[in-house]
Amino acid sequence: MELYGYRRPDGSVGVRNHVIILPVDDISNAACEAVAAKITGTLALPHAYGRLQYGEDLELHFRTMIGTGANPNVAAAIVIGIEPTWTERIVDGIAATGKPVAGFSIEGQGELEIVRQACWTAMDFVQRASEQQREHIELSELTVSIKCGESDTTTGLGSCPTVGAVVDRLVDAGATVFFGETSELTGGEHLVAARMATDEVREAFLAAYDGYVAEIAAGGVDLLGSQPTQGNIAGGLSTIEEKALGNIQKTGSRPVVGVLEPAERPAAGAGLYFMDTSSAAAECITLMAAAGAVVHFFPTGQGNIIGNPIEPVIKLTANAMTAATMSEHIDLDVSSLLTRELRLSEAADRLLELLGRTANGRLTSAEALGHREFVMTKLYRSA
Amino acid sequence: MHKALAHNKGDDVAVAVAPISAGEEVLVVYVEDDGELTVRAQTDVPYGHKVALQPLDAGAPVTEYSTQVGVARTNIAPGDYVHTHNVKTARW
Repeated sequence: MELYGYRRPDGSVGVRNHVIILPVDDISNAACEAVAAKITGTLALPHAYGRLQYGEDLELHFRTMIGTGANPNVAAAIVIGIEPTWTERIVDGIAATGKPVAGFSIEGQGELEIVRQACWTAMDFVQRASEQQREHIELSELTVSIKCGESDTTTGLGSCPTVGAVVDRLVDAGATVFFGETSELTGGEHLVAARMATDEVREAFLAAYDGYVAEIAAGGVDLLGSQPTQGNIAGGLSTIEEKALGNIQKTGSRPVVGVLEPAERPAAGAGLYFMDTSSAAAECITLMAAAGAVVHFFPTGQGNIIGNPIEPVIKLTANAMTAATMSEHIDLDVSSLLTRELRLSEAADRLLELLGRTANGRLTSAEALGHREFVMTKLYRSA
Repeated sequence: MHKALAHNKGDDVAVAVAPISAGEEVLVVYVEDDGELTVRAQTDVPYGHKVALQPLDAGAPVTEYSTQVGVARTNIAPGDYVHTHNVKTARW
């Protein structure tokens, strides 16, 4: 299939052309939503944080904000914050991509005045973006992220192996793929560690995984009751190990070439990367989009309905009941893998075709339903 | 028609891909190599839940995907329904 996407000034390739209105902090959400309500074709990304954060948590906040604006699915960005310093830092970070970006700060002028100013700029940006044309792109230019949710036993038998087969094809074609979900590797972490391309990458992976285990232990708790979730258990998964081994099926079989911090864009070339993320769907996908992923594969068992504002989320299930009862959320039904009427290679063909159609503009179920879960990862409480 | 799928040869459990009734002779197919096995269900097993393929003593590791996925909490017989009542994580 021929692929068509948007080429950005920094050479990156996107498959959507969003003009986003990005709040630096929680109290600037209202201004961003006011601009998006007035100017057709813009998209506000309200979130809960951005005040009194410090240290690594603040760095992650900036990385996520800048990365979201820099994502190739974003044509242009308006940044609105309460004060100028943090606002400008985010504007400068996004401006490094060469795309149109402008910042506004509310203190000293008030929200009504800032909304007025930002509306003029947003209107200019959205009119310019509306004239951009899709151009021919290669599969190798895509960055794809993967994360599953509301998993059950059908995930490990059908939907995750389908994604895994496509991930292998993408990696072989020279594309970039992110997987994460540190906690949900528990029980299969040795299998993932064995796939690291070099000893150095393996050490980085084990440091990330062991750090997570130590964090849980330091709290004097375990994840019983959280991992697996009640939905996982209702779907037949009995333990975190069983869940993890199903989850890992979607990573395919190729070597893992790098380990990324949350929301970190890979500095080196293409290939399969592990990102140290939460397993909560909205947090994980927000981080992967901030690292530059432009399309997401989301295998689900019991029916997670997640979407993301800037990254189309393609959902597939191998659970026939979910496909029947929640069909509006499911882009691809591979339940006939379990009845052995569909072979894995055929399921992978269908998913790859759907990736192409989605890249070329088909709205995913989550997009059509207006799912825009944008959730910042918070590492610890603010000062 | 198969009613359960097992991932790999040697796995202790298979997943019901259709509801299984107690007393039923269940055809199990291995995803790995299309091999087959039959087991007589001791209890009902819901869609997506697991049935034991091999006898397991309490405390024994439970294998799926050729990898340990937990520990048996009780003795488990072939055909038994396997879930959180008789398997626990080995991690916490």
